[in-house]
Formats: sequence, C-alpha cells, structure tokens
Amino acid sequence: MAAGVDAAAVAAWLREFAGLVAANKDLLTELDSAIGDADHGTNMDRGMKAVLGALDSGDTPAALLKRAGMTMVSTVGGASGPLYGTAFLRMATAAGDAERLDGPAFAKALRAGLEGVVARGKAGPGDKTMIDALAPAVDALDAALAGGSPLTEALRAAVQAAEQGRDATIPLVARKGRASYLGERSAGHQDPGATSVTLLVTAAAAAFGESA
Amino acid sequence: MNKLINDPSTVVSDALRGIAAAHPDLRVDHEQRIVLRADAPVRAKVGLVSGGGSGHEPLHAGFVGHGMLDAACAGEIFTSPVPDQMMAATKAVDGGAGVLHIVKNYTGDVMNFEMAAEMAEAETGVPVVSVVTDDDVAVQDSLYTAGRRGVGVTVLVEKIAGAAAQEGRSLAEVADVARKVNGNGRSMGVALTSCTVPAAGKPTFDLPDGQMEVGIGIHGEPGRRRVPAAPAAEIAEMLVSPILADLDFTGGDGVIAFVNGMGATPLLELYVMYHEIAALLGKAGVGIARSLVGPYITSLDMAGCSVTLVKADDEILRLWDAPVRTPALRWGI
Repeated sequence: MAAGVDAAAVAAWLREFAGLVAANKDLLTELDSAIGDADHGTNMDRGMKAVLGALDSGDTPAALLKRAGMTMVSTVGGASGPLYGTAFLRMATAAGDAERLDGPAFAKALRAGLEGVVARGKAGPGDKTMIDALAPAVDALDAALAGGSPLTEALRAAVQAAEQGRDATIPLVARKGRASYLGERSAGHQDPGATSVTLLVTAAAAAFGESA
Repeated sequence: MNKLINDPSTVVSDALRGIAAAHPDLRVDHEQRIVLRADAPVRAKVGLVSGGGSGHEPLHAGFVGHGMLDAACAGEIFTSPVPDQMMAATKAVDGGAGVLHIVKNYTGDVMNFEMAAEMAEAETGVPVVSVVTDDDVAVQDSLYTAGRRGVGVTVLVEKIAGAAAQEGRSLAEVADVARKVNGNGRSMGVALTSCTVPAAGKPTFDLPDGQMEVGIGIHGEPGRRRVPAAPAAEIAEMLVSPILADLDFTGGDGVIAFVNGMGATPLLELYVMYHEIAALLGKAGVGIARSLVGPYITSLDMAGCSVTLVKADDEILRLWDAPVRTPALRWGI
C-alpha cells in the first residue's frame, strides 16, 4: 500500500477509536463522575457507535471526517458533541479534496482540529481540558515529521506526548467546563476529555501503522 | 438502586411518551425529542425555545404552554440536546416575530445552542436571540471558571419572558426582559445526597450520612465545599448570606423568593426552609413580593434545595402574575 492516509485509513482510524472508546467507556464515565457529571463514556460511546454506522467506503478522507463530525454534533450533545464534532469538521476542511494525506498534510489536519476545539471551547493550555493532551500531541507530531520520521513513528511520539499531557492534567485546577465549578477540588483527578482525546491519537497510531 | 424505569437507555423517550399521554395540549416530536405547544407556531408572537439535559423535570418540558415556552428540547440525562433539535424547535415555533433561546450557562448547552443559532440563521433566516442564564453565586464569575451556572432563575426567566412574548412584545424587548430577570436573580443550592444517573447506576458522588455539599449545581456535580449536616435554620443562613452579599436586594418592590426542591426532598422540608429564609430576609430588610415553593428545577433524585431571589419591579411582578398554563405552572387562566 502506498504511504499516506487515504479514506480506508481514516475509516480504520475511526473504527479503532470507536473500539477504544467502547473498551474505556466505564473508565471515562468514572473519571467524569469525580469532577463532572458521569456521562463522558456513555456520550462518546453513543456518538462513535453512530459514526461507525455512518461510514461508507469509497469516500475521500475529508468526506469521512465530515460525516464523522456531523454525526458527533447530531448525536452526542453536551460539550463533547460540539468539541469532537468541530474537531472532525475542521480536519475535513483542512484535508480538502485530497485522496491521500501524506504525513505533513495529516499533521496539518490534526492541528486544524485542535484549533477548532480551542475556538469552540474558548479554552487554552493548562485549563484541564482535552487541549492539554491534544496540543502536545500535535506539537510532537510536527516535530517528529520535521525531524524526518515517517508518519507511523511520528504518531508514536504523538501518543507519548498525549499520554504525558493527559497525566499532567491530574494536579491541575480546572478553569473550563463543568469541572471548573469545583475550584481547587478539581485537582487530583485526571481530566476525562484529555483521556478520550489521547485514545483518538492512540487510535491513529494503531490504524496507520500498516498503511502509512 | 431501585428506579421506576424500564431500561436506562430508553428512560428519556419513555418519559416523553408519558408527557404526551398526560398533556394533550402539548405536542411531542418523539424523533427530535421536542415538546411543543400544540398550537405552535403562534402567529406574530416571539417564540421561546429552551432545552437542556433531562433529569431536571419539570424544567423544561413542564413549562411549555400558554404564557411560557413554545418548545423545549430534551437531551440525554444531564447532557445538552444537540443543535439539530434546537434548529427543528426554532423552525417549528417561529410565528414571524423571531425566536428567543433561553440557555442555562453550562459549557455544553452554550456550545450546542451557539451552533444551532448559527445554523438556523444561515439555513432559514429566522432571527434568533440567545439569553444565557447565570445566577449561581457558588461559582465565581472569573477567567478561571466557565462562569456562573444557570440554575433556579431559569424558571423565573421562562415565566416572565414568556408573559412578555404572550403580550405581543418584540424579540428585542422580550430578550431585554429575560436579561433583566437574569441580571436581578441570584441562587445558591445545597445537597443532602448525591443523585443516580440511570445509565451509571450508582450515585455520582459519595456523600456520607451527616455530611452535605454546599454550592451545588443541578447535575449531581459535587459542590464547593462539604460541611457537617446542620439544622434548617443554619442551612438557610448558608444559602441566603452569599446571595445577599452578591447583590443589594433591599428597597424597590421586594423580591420573588423561590425555594426549589432538588428532587427527593419533601415539600414539608421545603416549607421549613421557606420559613427560615423569609425570617432571614425580614431581618435583612428585604421584602418578599411573591413566592414559589416546590421542585421546579431538579437534579434527578438528589435531596436538597436551592434558593433563588429575583429583585422585582412593577414590570417583573405584572408579568409574573400574568396567566400561565403549563403542566408545572398554572394560574390566572
């Protein structure tokens, strides 16, 4: 298979993500019980199951990402629906009509997704949100690609950065979202959004391992 | 945990079927999960749309009807509805005078309604104005939080703005009334127990007997601090003091005093609380012009209550007294 992320690879990525979300549904909900409202796992699982049902073959990466984004917006609700939905929709826009994204094009799409999350959620680094895992992952991906790594290897670096960012949310005091209502009491808990978005990056590394 | 449900995954749709069966003057769109006035759209009247996660009943569907909301969108338990529902509701209630969205300040609700308003304007040209309620004094409104939560005042905003719309006032005027009520309103809540989201099957947080959470919202999220349980008089003080410290309620035409049950607290106890709160307000020189006591914005089976005060004026009281006919509020008609 030629290098790059084509529609089949995007579909494999979304399937892998849906699988990881289903496997970690209880964990995500448990993390959300501590500092939120005990529904992150249920909501993400409902959304990604709907995305699986909406995946057809033969589309471009952008068409699949757009469908995933619209489905998340239409089925999830809460904050995760608009945030993940906006992320996928912005990735679709960045992917344009390309049939296949090379490493830098995929990284550019992922960064567009991050920027969408920042714009929609009006949050920044250190607010104890999904941005704390996604932003370092995108930075690590860019750095590894710039250093000449192939996408597969660069994504492994991105996963490491996401995991570190996710773990680093534990001591943070939340400044956005429902956890911010707890003030100091939000410290000592891992952020559920940072946890689920780490699964998104992990899913990419797993799904593109073969084709990219 | 015993619940009167068939299946956690169908609890919202099952309840909507019950609402449809119990209230023939409402119309329920089961596919979109919207509860509408049966006579919507009312021609030349501003349409009022609200919505939010389920689990706060009677909010919002119980406030659909003459003199209040035109439509309510039901999300999953404690999860904001999605933009498609809000779009469909907006189109269904637009009688040619525009549509007001009443949104509780929670990150998810605000984002979904924001997307819906963008989509509605782009696709249909229906003018939409959004008013966000944020009355919870337990949360500091600062750069370091998502802002104050929209809680008890939402009920009063829906009633008073609904009356303004029923009078035939313009979208801008109805929105101004809604903003005024929100700006004049402050709330504070306490939980004596956590609550159980059906899909999670166990209480959202652990609250040992003899402890309570002060400064809670309406989603089973823990409060600002945990303190030992106390007599009603002391709890009333914990709720009223921060409200009075946040806004001067003295003078003018007094307040609308709203003591709300969180879902599992008996009305008997709410009246015990009302007595204590009225005494505290009397001592503080705050007159009570109107009152509302009961479970109107709940948090599933949480025990506890919240207090909301709205500083009133002639206009607010007149609109409060105006006829209303909904499942949960009904007078003068």
